[in-house]
Amino acid sequence: MKLKGRAWVTGDDIDTDQIYHGQYLPITDPHEMAMHAMEYVPGMENFPREAKSGDLVVAGKNFGTGSSREHAVLCLQYLGISCVIAKSFSRIFFRNAVNLGFPVIECPGLSDTLKTGNVVEVDIDNGKITDLTTGESFQGIPASGLEKEIAGSGGLIEYLKKNAR
Amino acid sequence: MGLTFAEKLLAFKVGRESVQPGQIVEVSPDVAMSHDNAGLVIRQFRQIGVKKVWDPSKIVIPLDHRVPAESTKTANAHKSIREFVKEQGIASFYDVREGVCHQVLIEKGHVLPGMLALGTDSHTTSCGCVGAFGTGIGATEMAAVWATGKIWLRVPESIRVEVRGRFSEMVFPKDFILYLVGKLGAEGANYCSVEFHGPAMADIGIPGRFTICNLSMEMGAKNAVVPVDRVTTDFLKSLRVDVGKVSGKRVDPGKVSSIEVVAEKLGDGKTFHPDPDATYAREEIIDISVLVPQVACPHGVDNVKPVEEVEGTKIDQAVLGSCTNGRIEDLREAASIIAGKQVHPDVRMLVVPASRSVLLEGIRTGIITKLIEAGCVLVNPGCGPCLGAHEGILADGEVCIASTNRNFKGRMGSATSEVYLASPATVAASAITGRITDPRKVK
Repeated sequence: MKLKGRAWVTGDDIDTDQIYHGQYLPITDPHEMAMHAMEYVPGMENFPREAKSGDLVVAGKNFGTGSSREHAVLCLQYLGISCVIAKSFSRIFFRNAVNLGFPVIECPGLSDTLKTGNVVEVDIDNGKITDLTTGESFQGIPASGLEKEIAGSGGLIEYLKKNAR
Repeated sequence: MGLTFAEKLLAFKVGRESVQPGQIVEVSPDVAMSHDNAGLVIRQFRQIGVKKVWDPSKIVIPLDHRVPAESTKTANAHKSIREFVKEQGIASFYDVREGVCHQVLIEKGHVLPGMLALGTDSHTTSCGCVGAFGTGIGATEMAAVWATGKIWLRVPESIRVEVRGRFSEMVFPKDFILYLVGKLGAEGANYCSVEFHGPAMADIGIPGRFTICNLSMEMGAKNAVVPVDRVTTDFLKSLRVDVGKVSGKRVDPGKVSSIEVVAEKLGDGKTFHPDPDATYAREEIIDISVLVPQVACPHGVDNVKPVEEVEGTKIDQAVLGSCTNGRIEDLREAASIIAGKQVHPDVRMLVVPASRSVLLEGIRTGIITKLIEAGCVLVNPGCGPCLGAHEGILADGEVCIASTNRNFKGRMGSATSEVYLASPATVAASAITGRITDPRKVK
């Protein structure tokens, strides 16, 4: 499966409070949750209003560090973000994303030439990331094993339902 | 080849002689804890289509994040949780009165050495203070655990930290772990099991070990552990009394006797002491004798500096509490500094005991009185202002020093506010002067 969209580039150690602040945890309405996505990330205050369905988030190392809150994944998913590419992910964020069927690709070799607004294509199956604006491409780490099965099912709940049959 | 704590415990759980880092194992937890976000877990659980949880006796739910409810949304979530625990026969439900989930797990004896504990909270690593394997997971994953009793885990690489020396005056386990997080970085232990060893650990009690395992999360640890020793067994013996007295209705007799068994007959089969020839991804030796009070500066827990580098920074709020440092030892330390003095008029000093039992002991011993006389504001046991939900939100541009665990941008409120993390002693000393202060200069 290939995903294509505009990139929103952010830095290292973007934590779960910046992605989805603790004050909003009681919210359950998907649209309302989406409207707080990345609210505390400097420079991304307009992200929920300007992001288009299919856009991607591109981050540095340790994306999603901090809390176990799934809201950090859900707010991006609800906003229509198709995928997060990062140099590395925090453990729980990565696991939550897989369990919620939200594509995440680790790509240690991402280059700083990939800027906000560039159009990026991601091949989920083989991990190949292409910056269509600059023509550069990067090799990410595609999902494998159980992680791939869960992600491929659309998340843990769908995976369990499928395997219960 | 020898095994680490995590390898030994996970191998035991799957009935094998050994497991290797990187291997995926499917295991069943001994404890599956959730808190206010059980509301989300329940919604996901309903989606799976299973009617009953796999084992209600292994589920523990303390409400702590927003207690008592600060909004209608939270009130409705709490209500759905109360209904669910009744429907499912979950006996270990602690309503808004009890305290922070991690503290409750330990002081009520739900987590014992060698157990595998899962929690929908990243600081579940705290369970390692009694020699258990504790790790945080998301709500959907917990829903799957409640439905199936199973979870897949990747066997982690392990980091061995050898702790030597003795703390000098006004330096505490909080200072040590902040120093270590600063040294290894926010992802320095990502995916790893962190083990704490060395002669100094014998001098660090369960409260200090709790702080250490709790904050190990802030370098990405999957779990953190202090292997069982005399300190652990003495603590468990003392706990038996509390378990019987405080929560006889909630803890079944079998559990009480199991604490006795664990405390008195700890064999090497169940404590999963790492082998001397175990393989570690990284080894650190830290001499705590040379440590000075440490402060984690905005906006990262790994942005750690000796207190002297930030001394004099003006503060608006001081927070003493949380699962990291809200135990009686922490309150006592702060009170010893504050007693007879007054909190600076420009500072709001909030005291949030980690649990009801901590609060009760604080009242019995007069520690709470001393703190309130000095001008502190007492907040009910729970997470309080730690995650910026309620009870002490920071305004634009305000600065807070806290004994809590995170100082992410805007963590306690406004995106332009700042949080510094330090020991209870440094927090107390700073509250008196109105500026970040080295506690050695106040005493």
